[in-house]
Amino acid sequence: MAFSKDQLLDRLKELQIEFSLYEHPVVLTVEAQAKYVGNLGGALSKNLFLKDKKHRYYVVSALADTKVDLKVLSQRLGLGKGGLRMAAEEALVEILKVPLGCVTPFAVVNESARHVSLLLDQGFKTQEYCFFHPLSNDMSISLNAHGLDKFLKSIGRDPSYVDLEANPPVGKDQPPDLAAFVPSDAPILSDLPVKAPTQDSTGKHVSAASNSAAVAAKAVKPSGNAQNVKEKPVNTVQPSIPAADAGNFVEELLDRASALLLSEISEDSIKQHSGQLGAEVANNIKKCLREDLKNLATIFKNTAYTEGFYAGTRYQPKRL
Amino acid sequence: MEKVEDQNPQQEDQVVNPWEVSAKDGGKIDYDKLIDKFGCQRLDQSFVDRVQRLTSRPPHVFLRRGVFFAHRDFNDILDAYERGQKFYLYTGRGPSSEALHLGHLIPFMFTKYLQDAFKVPLVIQLTDDEKCMWKNLSVEESQRLARENAKDIIACGFDISKTFIFSDFDYVGGAFYKNMVKVAKCVTYNKVVGIFGFTGEDHIGKVSFPPVQAVPSFPSSFPHLFSGKDDLRCLIPCAIDQDPYFRMTRDVAPRIGYHKPALIESLFFPALQGETGKMSASDPNSAIYVTDSAKDIKYKVNKHAFTGGQETIEKHRQYGANLEVDIPIKYLNFFLEDDAELEHIKKEYGAGRMLTGEVKKRLIEVLTEIVERHRRARAAVTDEMVDAFMAVRPLPNMFD
Repeated sequence: MAFSKDQLLDRLKELQIEFSLYEHPVVLTVEAQAKYVGNLGGALSKNLFLKDKKHRYYVVSALADTKVDLKVLSQRLGLGKGGLRMAAEEALVEILKVPLGCVTPFAVVNESARHVSLLLDQGFKTQEYCFFHPLSNDMSISLNAHGLDKFLKSIGRDPSYVDLEANPPVGKDQPPDLAAFVPSDAPILSDLPVKAPTQDSTGKHVSAASNSAAVAAKAVKPSGNAQNVKEKPVNTVQPSIPAADAGNFVEELLDRASALLLSEISEDSIKQHSGQLGAEVANNIKKCLREDLKNLATIFKNTAYTEGFYAGTRYQPKRL
Repeated sequence: MEKVEDQNPQQEDQVVNPWEVSAKDGGKIDYDKLIDKFGCQRLDQSFVDRVQRLTSRPPHVFLRRGVFFAHRDFNDILDAYERGQKFYLYTGRGPSSEALHLGHLIPFMFTKYLQDAFKVPLVIQLTDDEKCMWKNLSVEESQRLARENAKDIIACGFDISKTFIFSDFDYVGGAFYKNMVKVAKCVTYNKVVGIFGFTGEDHIGKVSFPPVQAVPSFPSSFPHLFSGKDDLRCLIPCAIDQDPYFRMTRDVAPRIGYHKPALIESLFFPALQGETGKMSASDPNSAIYVTDSAKDIKYKVNKHAFTGGQETIEKHRQYGANLEVDIPIKYLNFFLEDDAELEHIKKEYGAGRMLTGEVKKRLIEVLTEIVERHRRARAAVTDEMVDAFMAVRPLPNMFD
């Protein structure tokens, strides 16, 4: 379902982000937009929707004056010299759910745009406020970069600003400096771990190089925000306090212990220790798991304490 | 009275102070010279053994490998502990960026071990005011970074019932401020210029900052925690570049009737590209970040780690690797728990029987596990948990 401009404006108000709203006839270009809001003191933005050869998409949002060279950007992203081009209009509608002329950083609020990479001009930070379309081009809103950050964070995006005019050398010894902005290769696959409940995503696997951890890492990468690993549907504004769940905690401990147990008992180890195998395995489990389990227990304790603390701060004293 | 060295950049070979770390002529940091110049003591094996005896558990890998290698008055802390007198821990972070790398985590990992092993409380200072002043961040931004960094710090596994985290902007005032003024009265302008190298161009914020980092060493700065315990000693685990603050503090302490804080200091964690200084939060390829994916770690270690391996396999088999400069070996020294395995790797690699690729592969495994564990723990840290850690509240079980 596409996010509507009203939903966006409501959300901004909920998050207490300061913005000003200006309605005007539909505009398709920065020049046209300037006719209506160009003299209000803030900075206009130009927004590009780009795609690379591997069908990954990018929204580049910059001050109208910033020079954006697609060839340079392509190299800095590690896509080679001609790797970036403007995305087709259909992609605009399908992925960003906005009409032509309306590309805006706010479009990443849509589920369909989850894997679109967002590059923001560091120039925004120097302006008191900047103009963007709020998902429709018959309005513009002006807000400060901090407000934009707050919004992006609320949807699990990590706001990162880039010097779009920079042209650093890219070569054997200088890796592309914007490589981190390239969306991960498996957008569909990474859906699964992100939707898994918090406790499961803390990993049932003893080895760190396990599949789900690696895929979860990929899902975390585009926005670089650890929050994505938790169970939080992208559109919630009010995160609930995760409960210290004794059941899940115990399952996690048992999973690790049994995984280790299974790995310790093999044909070789049976031959090697025979009758003593029990004692040997018990010792090894204690040795390997002690620190790990203590850490898990500390997290559990801290979570339970926090729940209690939170409740305590909202405690109503007994009426006498 | 301890030596309080004057800052004189032109004559210094290497520069080590809270805002800059660089070796002489782009070489390695000379730690022996540093200990000599600063006037602290080496932490030798007898200390490590004593810690093991007192805490009845294996000493932390950083102690075994000499990562925490220098101290001031750690023996006093241990003597008092043996007599049944506890102490509290004090460490901190200057939240200048959201990007934390493994080098940043080292004092926290060690402090967590100390908290668990000795069963003592801990205060963690987030010097958001310092970064606001030195890095010219806005007040809001530095406060925001402080909270973000707090999450990574909490993810290191501190026990909330024994830990108080505070940011300067939130906490300075009351008893804390009274101690700041007491300290400030004991340090002349000339002295602080001598210690920290301030000039006439530096703004007065900088000049009056040092007491802020000094007073958490005094229990009376935390009346909600240590009221009535003015005699409680303080141990400060930190990297050795923070020594100037605490030299100043130790100088002042007896004059205002407090115990001198004890210190236990670490080496610098070398940058991936080699041992020329500290890792820098602004150069992504100089360090492994806690947000790096397994793929990033693999890429960075394979492409950017400076090695002591020879140029060709034949040469390598013949001469072996130069362990002095090899970064993967140094990193394993920090993070590979198993002493026997590390010895084996050093022996085989030094003799040329093991190749750089194998050492790097093992390092990638070790680092990935650490970063993954950290990330999972970090995911469990909520804003409410940060609020709870940072709340001014009593900690009744802090010595249990």
